[in-house]
Amino acid sequence: MSAVSEVTNAVASRSLEVNRVRADFPILTAQVHGKPLVYLDSAASAQKPQLVIDAERRVYEEMYANVHRGVHDLSMRASDAYEAVRGKIARFIGAGSPKEIVFLRGTTEAINLVAQTWGRANVTAGDEILITGLEHHANIVPWQMLCSEKKSALRVAPIDDRGVVDLDAFAGLLGERTKIVAFAHVSNALGTVNDVARMAALVRERAPQAVILVDGAQGVPHMKVDVKALGCDFYCFSAHKMYGPSGMGALWGRKALLDAMPPWQGGGDMILSVTFEKTVYNETPFKFEAGTPDIAGTIAFGAAIDYLTALGLDNIAAAEHELLAYGTAQLSAIPGLRLIGTAPDKTSVLSFVLEGIHPHDAGSILDYEGVAVRTGHHCAQPVMDRFGLPATIRASLGVYSTREDIDALVRGIHKVREMFA
Amino acid sequence: MNSDLRDLYQDVILDHGKRPRNARVIEGASVVQPAYNPLCGDKGTLYLALEPNGGAITDASYVGQGCSISTASASLMTEFLRGQSREEALHTFDLFHDMITAPPDEASHRAVPELGKLSVFSGVAEFPARVKCATLAWHALKAALTEAGATPAPVSTE
Repeated sequence: MSAVSEVTNAVASRSLEVNRVRADFPILTAQVHGKPLVYLDSAASAQKPQLVIDAERRVYEEMYANVHRGVHDLSMRASDAYEAVRGKIARFIGAGSPKEIVFLRGTTEAINLVAQTWGRANVTAGDEILITGLEHHANIVPWQMLCSEKKSALRVAPIDDRGVVDLDAFAGLLGERTKIVAFAHVSNALGTVNDVARMAALVRERAPQAVILVDGAQGVPHMKVDVKALGCDFYCFSAHKMYGPSGMGALWGRKALLDAMPPWQGGGDMILSVTFEKTVYNETPFKFEAGTPDIAGTIAFGAAIDYLTALGLDNIAAAEHELLAYGTAQLSAIPGLRLIGTAPDKTSVLSFVLEGIHPHDAGSILDYEGVAVRTGHHCAQPVMDRFGLPATIRASLGVYSTREDIDALVRGIHKVREMFA
Repeated sequence: MNSDLRDLYQDVILDHGKRPRNARVIEGASVVQPAYNPLCGDKGTLYLALEPNGGAITDASYVGQGCSISTASASLMTEFLRGQSREEALHTFDLFHDMITAPPDEASHRAVPELGKLSVFSGVAEFPARVKCATLAWHALKAALTEAGATPAPVSTE
């Protein structure tokens, strides 16, 4: 915890001191092809601060044992540290109770869980599931699988040329057959921030029987999230985009919904008692957590939440917003560069194409300049199709991003243009 | 410019990437083979005109979208193939594939005299992330020559 208080002290009350933040991330001193690393790929996965790395290591060095199983001291300590993370997450997103937090491998697993439990129990032939044209594959494919099994239909609310969901069309697609409405808080490919509260209100008004799942993977690292204010039923996210470990994440669901849902995978920890005749399932959230979990990863996830809390989500949002505006202006000044995704409410993502230059060619040259960006379809092929593109170049920001990073990107883009002029 | 990067983007590649040769549909082609790289979304179609009874390739073309590496690779491939028999073309595939998937530190991967102009792609071996770009059209070729006659499914680099 000492590292957290150091961070707290380092952060001025009104702003993020980015050089202090950068010192928390050991990988940022790395060299790539002999150049200093310029990491602009946090939307794919964020780097880890020392205190997260230390938290994970310390579990194995000081308190490792299986959780919820032993009466011995180590098991009790590991269980306490593990369960404490549920409370941290609940407070972090404004959930009513730690019991509403299910530990999972990430956003993808959380969406699959809801599709395979609530979905299979409640969706029937002729029902509809509504998503938006902004979704990435993790918020499309699990619903397609459910639709195919239940003979239900997947509906898609279109987006406009800025990458904003057409709310009139969205409202028009809601009706008495709508059972699930699922959409991203923030688009991973374009950075669009959806007006979740407004969309949720439309669902309650026009399809009160439907449940609302919000994919928060790109939301929670960048802004203060209060699930009650958003008005959704499920909210899911991944630790690795929040400066925590990979392979870890969480689902928040309203307690009554989680209680009514059937369990998912069977095994240890998700049961109260087992005989060969009958098994009594454990209560929420444990009935969704079969098997030995990623204990150290979960505890390190807690450290990442402490870190974000110490930095302050409002400070992070303000700093990233300022940097996004700077990056937007710098990139817009480059001839032949077209930004893809120009929503008025946007965060942390600069997706673009260069006239006459394929994103993969640009990506290889930028890599040689030490600039790490993602090139490709960002696991969101329908978004690319909407803009008639096979791929984009995406620079994405995190708490450690600086104007110097943007300047290095701009210099790299000029090298790309020289080569392919 | 870094020398490895110059090896990857040689002038011939930049030229063919910008102005691909044989980027046209062959009407009445003997084989039409779609190609798709799911990693980056690049797609294209290879057309081959073959002499009757499994004879030589009389014409080859490729129409598609892709990066300069995949576009140039398809362009140079279609130039190289003309006049080759089916067996020669499959042998060329093997030579090309071996050249660009050679371990990066293997000095010998640079010299493949039989491949002539196609040797400009030897630098791809230093960029494992770009091997699939350079081989997309080639995988289409292999599928076209080994499954010729059947209705082809898109060949994938995966």
